[in-house]
Amino acid sequence: MNRFAELLDRLAYEPGRNNKIRLLVGYFRETEDPDRGYALAALTGALSFKHAKPGLIRDLITERTDPVLFGYSYDYVGDLSETVALMWPKSSSAHHNESFRGHPSPQPSPTRGEGAQPACSPHNDVEGIDVSEGRTAGQTPSPLVGEGWGEGYRGRDRSEIPRTHNNPPPPTLTDVVTTLRTLGKAELPAQLARWLDELDETGRWALLKLVTGAMRIGISARLAKTAAAALGEKDPHEIELMWPGLSPPYLELFAWLEGRGDKPVNRDPTPFRPVMLAHAIEDTDFANLAAADFSAEWKWDGIRVQAVAGRDARGHIQARLYSRTGEDITGSFPDLVPSLHLPGAIDGELLVLRDGRVQTFNVLQQRLNRKVVSPKLIKEFPIHLRAYDLLGDDENDLRELPFAERRAHLEAFVAKLGDPRIDLSPTVSFASWEELAAARADPKSAGAGDDADAVEGVMLKRRDAPYLPGRPKGPWWKWKRDPHIIDAVLMYAQRGHGKRSSYYSDYTFGVWTRGEAGDELVPVGKAYFGFTDEELLQIDRFVRRNTTEKFGPVRHVVHEPDQGLVLEVAFEGLQRSPRHKSGVAMRFPRISRLRWDKPPREADRLETLERMLISMTGS
Amino acid sequence: MRGSSPRMTIRYRGIDAYMCGMRPQDILMPVPAGLCCKPGGFHIDPVRPVERALITHGHSDHARAGHGAVLATQETLDMMRLRYGENFAGSVQAVAYGEEIRLGDVTVSFHPAGHVLGSAQISVTCKDRRIVASGDYKDARDPTCAPFELVPCDVFITEATFGLPVFRHGDAAGEVNKLLASAKLFPERAHLVGAYSLGKAQRVIALLREAGYDAPIYLHGAMEKITYYYQERGIALGELRPVRGMKKAELAGTITLAPPSATSDVWTRRFPDPVTAFASGWMRVRARARQGGIELPLVISDHADWDGLTATIAATGAGEIWVTHGQEDALVHWCKSKGLAARPLDLVGYGDEDEGEAAAVTDEGEAQPGGESQPAGEAKKP
Repeated sequence: MNRFAELLDRLAYEPGRNNKIRLLVGYFRETEDPDRGYALAALTGALSFKHAKPGLIRDLITERTDPVLFGYSYDYVGDLSETVALMWPKSSSAHHNESFRGHPSPQPSPTRGEGAQPACSPHNDVEGIDVSEGRTAGQTPSPLVGEGWGEGYRGRDRSEIPRTHNNPPPPTLTDVVTTLRTLGKAELPAQLARWLDELDETGRWALLKLVTGAMRIGISARLAKTAAAALGEKDPHEIELMWPGLSPPYLELFAWLEGRGDKPVNRDPTPFRPVMLAHAIEDTDFANLAAADFSAEWKWDGIRVQAVAGRDARGHIQARLYSRTGEDITGSFPDLVPSLHLPGAIDGELLVLRDGRVQTFNVLQQRLNRKVVSPKLIKEFPIHLRAYDLLGDDENDLRELPFAERRAHLEAFVAKLGDPRIDLSPTVSFASWEELAAARADPKSAGAGDDADAVEGVMLKRRDAPYLPGRPKGPWWKWKRDPHIIDAVLMYAQRGHGKRSSYYSDYTFGVWTRGEAGDELVPVGKAYFGFTDEELLQIDRFVRRNTTEKFGPVRHVVHEPDQGLVLEVAFEGLQRSPRHKSGVAMRFPRISRLRWDKPPREADRLETLERMLISMTGS
Repeated sequence: MRGSSPRMTIRYRGIDAYMCGMRPQDILMPVPAGLCCKPGGFHIDPVRPVERALITHGHSDHARAGHGAVLATQETLDMMRLRYGENFAGSVQAVAYGEEIRLGDVTVSFHPAGHVLGSAQISVTCKDRRIVASGDYKDARDPTCAPFELVPCDVFITEATFGLPVFRHGDAAGEVNKLLASAKLFPERAHLVGAYSLGKAQRVIALLREAGYDAPIYLHGAMEKITYYYQERGIALGELRPVRGMKKAELAGTITLAPPSATSDVWTRRFPDPVTAFASGWMRVRARARQGGIELPLVISDHADWDGLTATIAATGAGEIWVTHGQEDALVHWCKSKGLAARPLDLVGYGDEDEGEAAAVTDEGEAQPGGESQPAGEAKKP
């Protein structure tokens, strides 16, 4: 457990992705089975313990500590698990209290008054240091002993008195996981308390994070799997493929990764297949591409998903919906499951359709990240799958086939499904890049019709390309519609993280609006990318030289009508947001240009955003 | 003076303080300039210029320039000289640990506080009553200074920097091992350790040496003078090099000590993909570490932790505890729950050096982008 705790501790502070992977690989390499497997399970969210609630932990600490001191401490630390982990009383500190109580009360006697000898022999500078090093807990007769102070005070030489004195030895991660699985609710508090007694601070923190299921250390399941793959120098996609067929503590997986065993076979009827992604096309790319080699379709502004159905061991159809990173999101869209009644794997876009019309992303958002999917929600936001590609048809893996052939399979498959919730993504016909550019500029008259608002560009797919995992350059391109652009004024800057921690790289920007005392800037968004390294240096310098106030890591940067920095901000969409003072929130904002040439007074106004919002959403 | 008035009769162990003669607050009392000893005619760690000052240790919030006469250990006087120049006080007198000096109606003696090199607790005895002003102290092992010495007393004046039961600092050697493990894991990155330039930095270096690390250790410009002074005093710190003038690639796999604020400064751009560490007791609390953008928090403190504070208070046998800077409320509460008379002193002008330095340098160092930062009160770089 302590080794796992150390890993979590380190991961929690490490901002860099590659460094996180390094830490994880190091852990997987050095840790034995089955501990490392349970660690992988904890990091991928494959473990959950239903009885461990924060209230239980609060009760445990309340029984053991002074409530006033707990209150002060909790206020200071701000996190329950951490407060409890840090102030959990431990056996080794007990001797201080005991000795204090056990001591005869020292008398304020004249013997310690004027003229009394100092308590210890004098130490002078350096020489004294070496000599006095030997004065460790209770070994050297203390000069205090003669005064009847006994061993009341032990100079704590921590190299001699291990403060994390664990007896019995602390539990392993495996002990914790296997015990928790079988433990009843009534036995949990006593067991948790025993473990907390046995672990050190970091161990207690990790234990409490583990049992309450609130890790929050910035590790995605995908990253943990990627690290496991790196252990055996395998492609993470391979793990992704076999993952649904594996279960903790993943002995088979680690045996394979270390070259001691065969590749685990995925018996999962509904495995996730790593997704193929596209590169953004640049104007200069077209010169090297022949229009005839490509098929085009609309790029729908929804959520890319993989809908997989297959037969389980008993021959029943099982269906799962995955995000493009392989997360199982079936639970959020139960209304789509009955439509997936034929074995196969569709790559498509999740959309909300009302009366046959594709709704904008803003509408679809109402269905995202819902814990509870109510019948009302299902009715008001009917979910739909628009199919782009077919990766598997029953038992057949189609991914090696060229796109044109897969498309034929897809058309047949969707027809066979015959379900109103699943349809084909129509192709866009074009003979030249100019024709396609025209279609992209006006999807409405190029076939998208009333659904044009939900089109965010076109996709180009080479007709002869197989379905390749990842983002290979060449076979697929995305050609987005031009983003929306406004000129905004830099208002606040915040330090970045990791490599950027010495730079002010997170920017809050605003636009003008009429305030009580004339025009004022109101923040409309925050962006931390889009600029080049050189531009980052320039903005950083500007921020440092034009700070008017500081609030912790945030700097208030000068933003007056004639003084300040105008940022050209590109974004994908707008929506109403009661959380923002301006009432609008941007999607995917980024800094597209620095307008050193433009005085802040000429930056855009909130009214401009309001107009854009109305034209985008019609509301 | 929360919770007690100066006229209050202090009772402890059933004896009325009046009956013993002077009350503790007649011997030492907090005034705006610091702790004032009227019968001895001096102040302890005054924050304003006074005629006669007794200084516990060399940190700038305790040791200030401009006093008439200064009594302190040789090391503390040397450190003040390094920081403020030759004329930092009208006159100085060095005192050895344990040496007794008569000042007015009181007798004072200095005893190791285990905080930094030369740090002392100051014992003030008047008639039959002893008050110990401990300054900043720690009871944990530190290879760079004399260990804390317990001085039995009637009134113990304690700091409370880490006066909450969540602060338990653990074994510093273990934290240094964490740093070494990280350096091993990331050999192509530089490790940047934020540490207060007086005391903490040298302790971290000494601990690295004890752990068997024998490569050169690099120093931020602001660390150089004081670190070389430690070496002059015979503290073995191994090979030290200024980081100034080093090429970026040469710093891969190295460890550099820097003032805390410099680790988030433009100064860090000279290092290859630096891992930012910070050696401080505050690192015990995750939110504090993350707030500062620290990747590798090292819980190494030159202040006593909660267990250290409470054990020390108990062991002094003092019936009355005065609590100075830090988390006074919690410590005062603990004392009272143990039947000890306790009160916060509400002295202003003292702080935790890690914090003080950080805040001060941010202002100064960043005013000129690209320049090296100077910790507040630290001597200018050569």
